Amino acid sequence: MSHLLTGVPASPGIAIAKAYRLESEGSVPQRKAVDDIAAEKKRLKEAVEAAKADIDRIREETLERLGPPKAEIFEAHLFLLEDPDLIDAAMDQIESEGINAEYALHEVASGIMEALRSMDNEMLRERAADVKDITGRVITKLEGREHIALSELNSETILIAKDLTPSDTAQLNLEFVRGFVTEIGSRTSHSAIMARSLELAAVVGAGSDASGIRTGDMVILDATAGQVIVNPSDRQLEEYSVRKREYEEYQIRMRSYVERPSVTADGAQVELASNIGGIDDLEKVLANGADGIGLFRTEFLYMGRTTFPTEEEQYSVYKHVLEKMGGKRVVIRTLDIGGDKELSYLQLPKENNPFLGLRAIRLCLERKNLFRIQLRALLRASVHGKLAIMFPMIAVLSELQEAKRILAEERAKLEQEGIPVSHSLEVGIMIEIPAAALAADILAKEVDFFSIGTNDLIQYTMAADRMNESVSYLYQPHHPSILRLVQLVIQAANRNGKWAGMCGEMAGDSAAIPLLLGLGLHEFSMSASSVLPARELVSRLSKQEWSRLTEQALGMSSQQEVLDFVNQQLRSEA
Amino acid sequence: MVSQTFTVIHPQGFHVRPAKLFVEKANTFPCKVTLFKGEKKANGKSSLGLLTLGISRGDEIRLEADGDQEEQALHELGHMLTKIYEE
Repeated sequence: MSHLLTGVPASPGIAIAKAYRLESEGSVPQRKAVDDIAAEKKRLKEAVEAAKADIDRIREETLERLGPPKAEIFEAHLFLLEDPDLIDAAMDQIESEGINAEYALHEVASGIMEALRSMDNEMLRERAADVKDITGRVITKLEGREHIALSELNSETILIAKDLTPSDTAQLNLEFVRGFVTEIGSRTSHSAIMARSLELAAVVGAGSDASGIRTGDMVILDATAGQVIVNPSDRQLEEYSVRKREYEEYQIRMRSYVERPSVTADGAQVELASNIGGIDDLEKVLANGADGIGLFRTEFLYMGRTTFPTEEEQYSVYKHVLEKMGGKRVVIRTLDIGGDKELSYLQLPKENNPFLGLRAIRLCLERKNLFRIQLRALLRASVHGKLAIMFPMIAVLSELQEAKRILAEERAKLEQEGIPVSHSLEVGIMIEIPAAALAADILAKEVDFFSIGTNDLIQYTMAADRMNESVSYLYQPHHPSILRLVQLVIQAANRNGKWAGMCGEMAGDSAAIPLLLGLGLHEFSMSASSVLPARELVSRLSKQEWSRLTEQALGMSSQQEVLDFVNQQLRSEA
Repeated sequence: MVSQTFTVIHPQGFHVRPAKLFVEKANTFPCKVTLFKGEKKANGKSSLGLLTLGISRGDEIRLEADGDQEEQALHELGHMLTKIYEE
């Protein structure tokens, strides 16, 4: 009988293969009394030698296949198997307590692992995984079972584990491992992040039900939907083989868009950029061939710490991002904190309506020193690439003028100090307050660009918190009133020779892209993984055709009507 | 039995590689080698033992050698201890 498990879709993909269950630490060998102490010690010695022979073989294979750095871990394992605190100590336990080798070794190893796990140093804590690896190997030898290490798997496999440690993932043989399922974990756990960077299908946090999956069970892993089907029926196997093939074809098709320009079917050029939260996201941005960074949220530099980041710290991060992106534009948003995003060391008073309170640019203009440090770091970094500075949450012209005045002061100070600042640096604002959208024609004269932040713009326009279930239905990106506001902003930019982009979620939405294109949006900034599908979509659309269709959509009476219209048009084009 | 105290200066403390090098060196001496950090002690011929001391920068470590060639062991291992930390 097949059964279905659901978990967190940690890394997309579809895999069909036999399961291999990674032994969990929980399996404790039984404690048994032994009479022949000498024979038991000999048994341990032989098991250690056999384990060493295995490790040495894997070390040589790894050396050949992946090179010295990857083989190093096995050298360390061989060395640990000679450690007196491990093997000699287990020998002593066999002798003093008259117990079996499996249990003695397990006892000794547990003590060491516990000590290592209590360390402050991350690197030392991770060594517990090595101790677990090697003692597990010896214990399997003692129990007469064959030990299949992650690096030794030699047929297509879906790994099933309680969780995967860093040392587990370091050893994954990608030639054969097709995906993995863990019982615990979230989208941000180590294993999930690893899976995405290896582009390996993975479902994490599937719960204790996953513990029922045995080695050898047939498994369908639909990591895109977060589903795991154990021992599927023939019909399910057939269905998913087709889906898997389609998914792979889709992937290949998408990859072909990495180096293509972002151009519509009728030759209009747009910019498909990516949003990032920190330098860790850069690799994905580059791998997906984004045309630039449309939103760098600098909050991460300030959060999860107890003091403000220094100018130097910020400068080095901004410089790194600009250099990595080569000549592509990087829009860096100045500190957008307050509202739901708190900083304990800022010690802001509690507000009744934080979303309507002292946040983003309002806070920066109140705490000017904080703002000046960030602007200085940005200005200094500007010479390392194509920088655009963006002020969040501008509501009225005077806020923008004040922010620009401070920026000009900091520039003048730097120039006086003889520190170079780029002259092609762009300055823009995020449009996320209806007042700013409505006055876009006035604001446009003072900026180089607009970037529409739809998440807040929609909430403020509809006066509804999208996290509040009772009113979340009002979060309607395709509603004509939102489209009309967006139109105002784009038109104001166009008339003043400025560019308009969008960095809210709407920019990556396939049902919104045709409309935004029709409205004349220049830049679309989205999550890195949406860039290639967006480029593929844009390449099929005619900008001229959609500007006509969008005019029609603007006159409709509901979001649903707009959505039906867009989908119908897209279908008839396909 | 001889002993001496050393102060750790390496910013990363005593991790896997230095521990391995230290143990390999200690194994060339017949005498017993023990490291003390506060209340904790470890066998100087066990890298796991050394790791579980969790040695970090600024720690005072007492090195003790007991048996044949103890003077030489203390000298060379002590030198190596500070040497490793300088690498």
